[in-house]
Amino acid sequence: MGASANKQSFDLPATGLRKFWLDFSESPTAVIALFVFLTILFIAIFAPWVSPSNPYDLTSVDIMNSRLPPGSEDFSGNFYILGTDGAGRDMLSAIFYGLRVSLGVGALSGLVALILGASIGLSAAYFGGRFETIMMRIVDIQLSFPSILMALIILAAFGKGVEKTIIALILVQWAYYARAARASALVEKNKEYVEAAHCLALGDRRIILSHIAPNCMAPLIVVGTLQTAHAISLEATLSFLGLGLPITEPSLGLLIGNGFEYMYSGDFWISIFPGVALLITIVSINLVGDQLRDMFNPRLQK
Amino acid sequence: MTAFILRRSLQSIVVLFIMSLIVFVGVNLVGDPVDMLINPEADQAEIDRVIRDLGLDRPVSEQYWYFVLNAFQGDLGRSFIFGEPALKLIVQRMPATMELALVSLLMAVVFGIPLGIYAGLKPTSKISKTIMAGSILGFSMPTFWVGIILIMFFSVHLGWLPSTGRGDVDTFFGVTSSVFTLDGLSHIFLPAFNLALFKLSSVIRLARAGTREVILQDYIKFARAKGLAESRVVRIHLLKNIMIPVITIIGLEFGSLIAFSTVTETVFAWPGMGKLIIDSIYNLDRPVVVAYLMIIVVIFVMLNLIVDILYSVLDPRVRIKGVS
Repeated sequence: MGASANKQSFDLPATGLRKFWLDFSESPTAVIALFVFLTILFIAIFAPWVSPSNPYDLTSVDIMNSRLPPGSEDFSGNFYILGTDGAGRDMLSAIFYGLRVSLGVGALSGLVALILGASIGLSAAYFGGRFETIMMRIVDIQLSFPSILMALIILAAFGKGVEKTIIALILVQWAYYARAARASALVEKNKEYVEAAHCLALGDRRIILSHIAPNCMAPLIVVGTLQTAHAISLEATLSFLGLGLPITEPSLGLLIGNGFEYMYSGDFWISIFPGVALLITIVSINLVGDQLRDMFNPRLQK
Repeated sequence: MTAFILRRSLQSIVVLFIMSLIVFVGVNLVGDPVDMLINPEADQAEIDRVIRDLGLDRPVSEQYWYFVLNAFQGDLGRSFIFGEPALKLIVQRMPATMELALVSLLMAVVFGIPLGIYAGLKPTSKISKTIMAGSILGFSMPTFWVGIILIMFFSVHLGWLPSTGRGDVDTFFGVTSSVFTLDGLSHIFLPAFNLALFKLSSVIRLARAGTREVILQDYIKFARAKGLAESRVVRIHLLKNIMIPVITIIGLEFGSLIAFSTVTETVFAWPGMGKLIIDSIYNLDRPVVVAYLMIIVVIFVMLNLIVDILYSVLDPRVRIKGVS
């Protein structure tokens, strides 16, 4: 902790964080999952620096090195711990770069969907009336269709591409956030502090944003973690089917799809390893999300 | 009861109407309908003729009206690739998809309910923990990747099961299906298991949660106090009461099995309508895409309706609450 002059300002958030960490670390699995996820996040952010080579730099990739099995070495002495793919790219580097794309698309779409969905959900709960009825009917209808179908409808209409995939993922996800935000805002809006804010004649906008919204964050964070895992998986599926990201933005799904054609010749590593990376990412996010859900669940609180 | 069914049916029609509007707007207004609905190899005279035939020079509201009118007559356009009515193509491939989805559903229920009940009855045992860990994995693993692993292990490595196609089919009581031949069964096993895995996980979780809740109820304590055999308590008192959420899920999940079969069918080259839609999106065969989306929306709305009606039969509180 910093100098004593700063002590006052540091104390409050520290106890909050410390309590959070104490609650969180009750589950060793969740701690390991968080650690794994942070490692993956680090790799994704710093992919160009931690990768052994740049898999998309055409000058350093040699087609002669294609489909080398894991642990082999090429003539110039480069070592490929996870082997190479059909174009002679180092699998490990391709996976690092793929994580970057997958996590980036997942996080961006999740964030926009969170903002969009939460605004709709919060204002639906706050204003009520016809706006609430109509919005929540739309949410109900959308949630009665599986996410892959919604994504197929959107991508069939718009075509493939990075921004189109992100739009599709946002449109698939916003309803989950809207529902969660509305549910907790309905509870919050009848509490005394909101009444107090009304008595102070604060504007609707201010009451929603700075009074109700912060108190609805816990369930939204839980939905957010689990939805992000879902979005990453959905993007991988769409890219594997060739409907999501283009070949210029190779996400993990696309890498797996590339390996699919070599599968029958027994070159298992080309699609297995990107899949393992995808699986580890999704499982670690899900486990962190599960623990967060248990922590914020009032019924399980001691 | 009649009032409830009537009201729910009316709601379903509204949803159907809205979804048809979305699909219509998606294909005809977001994209360029001339691009999407006319064969790209057509010359100018052909393009003009088709624009007139399709009524693309008419106001949008009128176009939508004709789209709905034609859809009611079973005319959803003609495939560019196959030159056949889109609806016919999809209906031809529907049995293969239905069969895959049904076998998967069966697998999910037959394995999922007993495993879930076991995990709920003995939450601390090692086996239960393994089951639950497995269900988390089943939730997290992307379907298409599991499919690849299954092919690699069972078809390429061990060479036990075939990995592509539907195999021999046989007709029994007017139903043609792979499940009536040994070869067909060996073909359906891997894709069905692949498709079932995700649902299996949710059935396990649901059965476990239901069991843990029901087991604390007084009627279970009473049944045990009466000295009934544990197997009877589980089979009659427990099973009946955890069935409501499970039936809802089975109904709803059947629809999502059909939707997710697009992925499994692509991996296993299963000749169903899911593979057809992916191929059609690739080939820009828009009439087939629109027809598929409309059909699957109808299937979904019908399933939701049936589930809601079943639900209200099983649990009268639902319809009483709905009326008041």
